Amino acid sequence: MSANTAMADKYRNNFLKEIEEQVEMGDWVKMCMQCGVCSGSCPTNFQSAWEHPPQELFMMIRAGKREEVLTTTSMWNCTSCYNCIVRCPRKLPITHIMHGIAEYAHRLGVAPKMQPTRFFSGLFWKNATKTGRVNELKLSMGLYFKDGLVQGIKNGMAMQAVALGLVKAKRLNVMELFGGHKCKDQKGIQSMLKKAYEIERSRKAARMAG
Amino acid sequence: MADIKVAAYICKGCGLGERLDTDTLVKIAQKDGKVQLAKSHDFLCNADGVAMIKNDIANEGVTHIMIGACSRRAKTEAFFFPENAVARANLREGVIWIRPDTEEARETTQDMAEDYVRMGCAEVKAMTAPGGNPNTGSSKTLLVVGGGVTGMTAAIEASKTGYQVVLVEKTGTLGGWAGKLYKRMPVHEPYKTPVDPGVADLVSQVMGDSNIKLYLNATVAKTDGAPGRFVVEIATESGATHTEDIGAIVQASGFTLYDMNKLPELGGGKSTNVVDQAGLEALALEAAGKDGVIRRPSDGQPVKSVVFVQCAGQCDPTGKHLAYCSGFCCNTSIKQAMYFKDANPSIDTTVIYTDLRTPGNGEDFYRSAQEKGVVFTKGKVAEVVPSGATSTVKFHDLILDDTNAAMLDVDLVVLATGQVPNSGVDIFAAPAAEGEVEVKPISILNLNYRQGSDVPQLKQGFTDSHFICFPYETRRTGIYTAGPVRRPMDMVQAREDATGAALKAIQALENAELGRAAHPRSGDLSFPKVRLEGCTQCKRCTVECPFGAIDEDEKRFPLFNESRCRRCGTCMGACPVRVISFENYSVNTVGAQIKAVDIPDEFSEKPRILILACENDAYPALDMAGMNRNEYSAFVRIIPIRCLGSVNTIWVTDALNAGYDGVMMMGCKSGDEYQCHFVKGSELGRVRMSKIDDTLKTLNLESERVRDLEVAITDIKRVPEMINKYAEELVAIGPSPFKGF
Repeated sequence: MSANTAMADKYRNNFLKEIEEQVEMGDWVKMCMQCGVCSGSCPTNFQSAWEHPPQELFMMIRAGKREEVLTTTSMWNCTSCYNCIVRCPRKLPITHIMHGIAEYAHRLGVAPKMQPTRFFSGLFWKNATKTGRVNELKLSMGLYFKDGLVQGIKNGMAMQAVALGLVKAKRLNVMELFGGHKCKDQKGIQSMLKKAYEIERSRKAARMAG
Repeated sequence: MADIKVAAYICKGCGLGERLDTDTLVKIAQKDGKVQLAKSHDFLCNADGVAMIKNDIANEGVTHIMIGACSRRAKTEAFFFPENAVARANLREGVIWIRPDTEEARETTQDMAEDYVRMGCAEVKAMTAPGGNPNTGSSKTLLVVGGGVTGMTAAIEASKTGYQVVLVEKTGTLGGWAGKLYKRMPVHEPYKTPVDPGVADLVSQVMGDSNIKLYLNATVAKTDGAPGRFVVEIATESGATHTEDIGAIVQASGFTLYDMNKLPELGGGKSTNVVDQAGLEALALEAAGKDGVIRRPSDGQPVKSVVFVQCAGQCDPTGKHLAYCSGFCCNTSIKQAMYFKDANPSIDTTVIYTDLRTPGNGEDFYRSAQEKGVVFTKGKVAEVVPSGATSTVKFHDLILDDTNAAMLDVDLVVLATGQVPNSGVDIFAAPAAEGEVEVKPISILNLNYRQGSDVPQLKQGFTDSHFICFPYETRRTGIYTAGPVRRPMDMVQAREDATGAALKAIQALENAELGRAAHPRSGDLSFPKVRLEGCTQCKRCTVECPFGAIDEDEKRFPLFNESRCRRCGTCMGACPVRVISFENYSVNTVGAQIKAVDIPDEFSEKPRILILACENDAYPALDMAGMNRNEYSAFVRIIPIRCLGSVNTIWVTDALNAGYDGVMMMGCKSGDEYQCHFVKGSELGRVRMSKIDDTLKTLNLESERVRDLEVAITDIKRVPEMINKYAEELVAIGPSPFKGF
């Protein structure tokens, strides 16, 4: 049984309760009064980037639309600008709830795999934790080739002029493609992260086991 | 009229002396005004000036006083001569403050001032000092009809003020709807949990109060008389009738919940598991008497899921159900949802709403319910389908735009139906169409008034009142409505209402004893006098009086009940034979002013525009325009009137015959959203004026010569613009052909 079906089974129809217990700051969801100030304040919502704006997500949670909420790309679009938190008349920590839901969907393995921000987040984390330094060249290359070789070359060609400009201005080192720079105590970083992973894993496992 | 002595006083203060030729004004008063005594003073409203007037009254035998100074709305304490007839010429706000201080304007400004002095002198000569209504009563007992929270509060508050109260309740117990509540919404911090309704405390206060005489199982069988001398017959269950002398009445007849049987689509009447809010209170009370578990009425099983349907039969745009929001029911549903959550948090409670309205401190209460886990869903319930012991609630989810949303296996559905006022007989209701069964509501007050047995209603059955300025006043003087009979409201608002109405009622009975008017001419001693020998029994006054003050005697002549009168003069405006007048306000006082104005000939290029301005809104707005130095045309002559309803068409005809180029009438907004201080005055005035076209035709005049305008007290900038625009239009039309006749 997957983590997802296990949790669905555990909470049966009560998705609101599931969110309250499993998602960071999830117990705030019930406090939303549907004014829509968050949706109106969201700077990334101007081109309808969000399939479901925050207040709608909260209503979907209350309506028990588990599948739709967990698999939507919406909360992955949050850029943590905190506009919604500042403006929410009910003081809901909306930004944190959005990240909490995203993280929970990720944990259950149902988050949309190729959603760009989610993909980029994974890429960034791997890139940064590997050497303790962000390798910008590898990071952008990784993102360009997200949708395969052909699309990657197309993306690279499109950004050619920018890349050349950066090289000329010494803001981009081509040699970074081979190894790249790293931090002084790479091993220390790795073991620190390992310990953190362990702590998190045991904490979340306990919570999911209820 | 033999022994009157008129004195005119012209003030030179506030810049009047510099801007106007006051010596000429004094001469005008003597020559044109024909007053016996005319003086000017440097500062008339100071102690010396007032002493001069008082000295003239005492030693010179002055009976009538014309003061040419500021507006009649200013310095009323200084120029207070209750024994004398007083007229005021508005030279400050009405002349120098609205005219530019330039050499070119000097002549027209002086013309204006001279006319106002002539008008003031003419007016005062047509007046007598008002002596007060002699037909008074001195009963100081308050009748409170209705023993709910509103009625009990009104009775207790009046008693605390030291007045006797007669409280009539139609059922056998006090408390009304509130008496049937398990708990009520909290009224103190932290507004988180329902509290005891507090009705028992009110009841014991009423029972223990020696000032309050209580009639249970009783109704008002007949109400006769007027404020200060109402005679009320109270019928009790045993068939006996008690008669009480009453000074003023508070009607707190409350509301009835909208009948949920009219909502079959929401399951109303289809299943015992669909209840209204009163039904749920009954279930909660029953549970509280046992184990505290609210049970399904159909089979007695504990309720595990409950859905509250807001706006059931309310806020309905189709006209089938109540069109309005009752304002209390969202808070009530929140409270009732807490009955479940406080007892057992695992019970599913959902409130389906379209607009959650939580007045007062309901917002904190709402938040508390969310914290307790009550789910709020924004949606419009389409259908409640009971089947067996449970129901399905189908609704349109308005946030997710899901038209097929549904709540399944709901144990209990609570419909938030609204308040329907218990306002008795709608005296203006159209008679039932033929074949239709007429359902006559039971009268609450059984008034023995010519115009009908209950207080008039405005919309949706709620009693009429001047919503903004005088909320408790009804259209029957000395009778005050409070609580949900006046507008939908909750208990907190009803108690506030009750206190206000009780105090207004006390004010009314005290004024009635002194022969003075109630609001808005509070303290006015004048009252309508009728020359019955001229009366043609046309009944216009008895029908049109907005306050039902005029009955008919056995010979079918109008019978004035002065204590019921508000002194608006609507009867005076209505009377075709002009036999109704007030001592200081009559067809003559205004007519004399109209005729006193000097009309220059048609070649002088000085048109004259008469403005009849309502003293409640338009005249203050004009005064304030002056205070703000908003200039307007020097060709207008303004006469304040008590109400547009008091305008007798003869004034307009006289003015046009005398050569005025135009007449502007400024009154309050009329209709359902009226602002008229006499409720129907401006409307009636407008109806009469709409027929003025015929008069204009017979005079061979353009219809533009008479203009009817709505002016609010806030139109300080707009009024001068309206005047100036009209003055320009009249120039285009050309001078009146009646000049010089």
